[in-house]
Amino acid sequence: MSEPKTLSEKIWDRHVVSAGTDGEGDLLYVDLHLVHEVTSPQAFDGLRISGRKVRRPDLTVATEDHNVPTADIDKPIADEISRLQVETLRRNTSEFGVVNYPMGHAKQGIVHVIGPEQGLTQPGMTIVCGDSHTATHGAFGAIAFGIGTSEVEHVLATQTLLQARPGTMAITVDGELADGVTAKDVILAIIGRIGTGGGIGKIIEYRGEVIRSLTMEGRMTVCNMSIEGGAKAGLIAPDDTTFSYLEGREKSPVGAAWESALDDWRRLPSDPEAAFDEYVTLDGNEIAAQVSWGTNPAQVMPLHGAIPTPDSFDDPAARDSAARALQYMGLVGGTPMREVPVDTVFIGSCTNSRIEDLRDAANVAAGRRVASGVRTLVVPGSGQVKEQAESEGLDKIFTAAGFDWREPGCSMCLAMNPDKLQPAERAASTSNRNFEGRQGRGGRTHLVSPAVAAATAIAGTFASPADLE
Amino acid sequence: MKAVRIVTGTALPLDRADVDTDQIIPSDWLKRVERTGFEKGLFSEWRDDRDFVLNQEQYAAANILVAGINFGTGSSREHAVWAIQQYGFEAVISPRFADIFRNNCTKNGLVPVTVSAEFNAALMRAVLEDPDLEITIDVERLTVEVPAIGLETSFPLASGTQQRFLEGLDDIGLTMRHLDEIEAYETKRPAWIPTS
Repeated sequence: MSEPKTLSEKIWDRHVVSAGTDGEGDLLYVDLHLVHEVTSPQAFDGLRISGRKVRRPDLTVATEDHNVPTADIDKPIADEISRLQVETLRRNTSEFGVVNYPMGHAKQGIVHVIGPEQGLTQPGMTIVCGDSHTATHGAFGAIAFGIGTSEVEHVLATQTLLQARPGTMAITVDGELADGVTAKDVILAIIGRIGTGGGIGKIIEYRGEVIRSLTMEGRMTVCNMSIEGGAKAGLIAPDDTTFSYLEGREKSPVGAAWESALDDWRRLPSDPEAAFDEYVTLDGNEIAAQVSWGTNPAQVMPLHGAIPTPDSFDDPAARDSAARALQYMGLVGGTPMREVPVDTVFIGSCTNSRIEDLRDAANVAAGRRVASGVRTLVVPGSGQVKEQAESEGLDKIFTAAGFDWREPGCSMCLAMNPDKLQPAERAASTSNRNFEGRQGRGGRTHLVSPAVAAATAIAGTFASPADLE
Repeated sequence: MKAVRIVTGTALPLDRADVDTDQIIPSDWLKRVERTGFEKGLFSEWRDDRDFVLNQEQYAAANILVAGINFGTGSSREHAVWAIQQYGFEAVISPRFADIFRNNCTKNGLVPVTVSAEFNAALMRAVLEDPDLEITIDVERLTVEVPAIGLETSFPLASGTQQRFLEGLDDIGLTMRHLDEIEAYETKRPAWIPTS
C-alpha cells in the first residue's frame, strides 16, 4: 500500500515533470492556463523579445474582463489606456494563436466564471492564471492558483511552472448552516478565524458536512477567497455534486472518456489516513451572516453585531490596525452594523456573480424597491450567466425593483472600468476585497453575501433578508 | 534578471501590517502595457498624506524597505514588485510575505528577506530612531547585519532561488533544459483533459 496522501498531494504528484531537490521547487505541468488583459501584455512582450512561442495554445484560453465597461459595450472603450490594454490582448492572442473571448462575445466573462461554465475546469487538473482568485477552480478538486506576469510568460513558453511544494491545511466546517447563511458567510467566517496570513504557504482543503452540502456555485465562492486567508490555493474533494455539474458541459468528456474520467476522479479525495500539516474546525451552526467592517477581509463580524472598538483587541498590532481601519471606513466602534447606511450596492465579481448568486439576490429583490438614493449595480459573471438569468426573468425582477442590470465583467470589484466608488462613498459589495481604495479611491467597502447585498439595497442600511419581513 | 549578491544601504520603515498589493500599486496603474514607469504609482494613495514615510526627507535615500507582517497580500499583480524596485528598493524585510508577491520578487531580483517578528520589531525601532543606520543583506551568506547596533540574523531562500539571484539566471532558459522531460510528460497525460 502506498503512502496515504491528501487530495492536493495526489494532484501535485501527478503533475511533477521534474522533481526538485534540496528545497528547490518541482517543475509542474500546467493543464489549463487562463489569460486576461491586465497581467499578460508584458509576458507576451517577453516572448517576442526572446523569440519564443506559446508552447500549448490549445491549453490556453483568454478573455477580456478587468477593464471592460458594463454599459454601452457596442461602443469602443472610452478610457484610452483601458482600450489599448484590451486591444493589446486581442493582438497578442491572434499573433500567438490563443483563443480569446472578447467583450460582447457570448462566452466572454470573468475568467474564473467562464472556465467552470464551459467545463474547462475539471477535477485533478492544475490551473493557473495571472490572477489571485484562480483558487476558485479548486471547487472542482483541482489545484488552481494565481501567478505573476513573469510566471505567466514562463507558462506560455513552457506549459510548466517551478513551484515550491506547499504545506497542507484542513479546514472542516461541520453542522448545518442557519437559514440565510450562505457560502460567502462561511468563507468570511473562516478568514476571520485564520487571518489574512493564516494560509500562507499552504493549500487549504475545505471539508465537513457544510462544505459537502454546498452547490458548485457555493463551493466556488468558498475556494475563490482562499487567497484572502493567504493560502496558495483552496480545494474541495470532487463528489457527485461535482460530477453532475460537469456532465454534459461543452468541454466535459463524453462516452467512454467520461467513464474513465469518473473512475479517475473518484480516486482523488484525500486518503482517510492522510495527515495535514494543520487543522482548523468551525461549527457551521454558529456561523451567522457576515459583514466586513475594516480594510482587510479578516476584519469581519456578524451582521447583527456591533462594530468593534480598537480597545477590544488584545494584540497591539491588531489594535492599531483596527483604529486605522475604522478611521478610513468612517465608522465608530460600538455602532450596530444594521444602523450603518450605504450609498452603493454591488452584486457581482468572481466571488458572487454566478447564476445562483443572482437568483439569491433576485429572491430578495422580488416585489420590493431599492431604497431612495442607493446606487445599485448587478453585474453577471459572464455572457452565459447573463443569458441564463434573462431566460429566468431575473433581469426583469431586478429592474422592476430599481436595480441596474449590467453587462458582464469584473466591474466594481476592482474599479478598473468606469464602475467606481467616489471618495467616502460606502458600498455593500459581494466582491472579495475591502482594501483601501479597492473599489475607487477613498471608497469604503463592506463585503457581504448576495442575499445581504440585495436586502441592504432595499433597506438602505445593512440588513439581512429576514430583516425585511 | 540582474544578479544580486550584496545589498547595502539604509532602510525605509513602513510600520504597518497587512500591506496589500492594492496599496503598493493601485489598480489604475495596472492598465499600462509596459514593464517600466511604475515608480510614481508606488503607494500613490498613501503618498497623498504629506507625513507618509515615503515623503519624509530623512528616508529619501533608502534602498531597503522594512515592513510589518503579511506584506504583499492580495492581488497577484507583479506591478507591485516592479513599482518597489523601480522606485529604488533592492530588498524588502518582513516577518511574512504573501506567496505570490514573494514569488514575483524572486523573478525580478528584489530580495524578499523573511525575519522573525522580534528581529523585525527591533530593526523597525532602530530605523525609526536612526534613518542613516547602515544595513547589509548578503544573499550568498543569507544574512542581514546591522553592525552599528549589533543586530544580525539569517534568512531563508531555497538554494535554487538563491542561485538564480546570485547568477541573475533566466527561469525560462533553465526550464528549457527540461524540454525532454516536458515532452515525455505530455505523452502520458490522460486524453480527457480538455483543450481550448
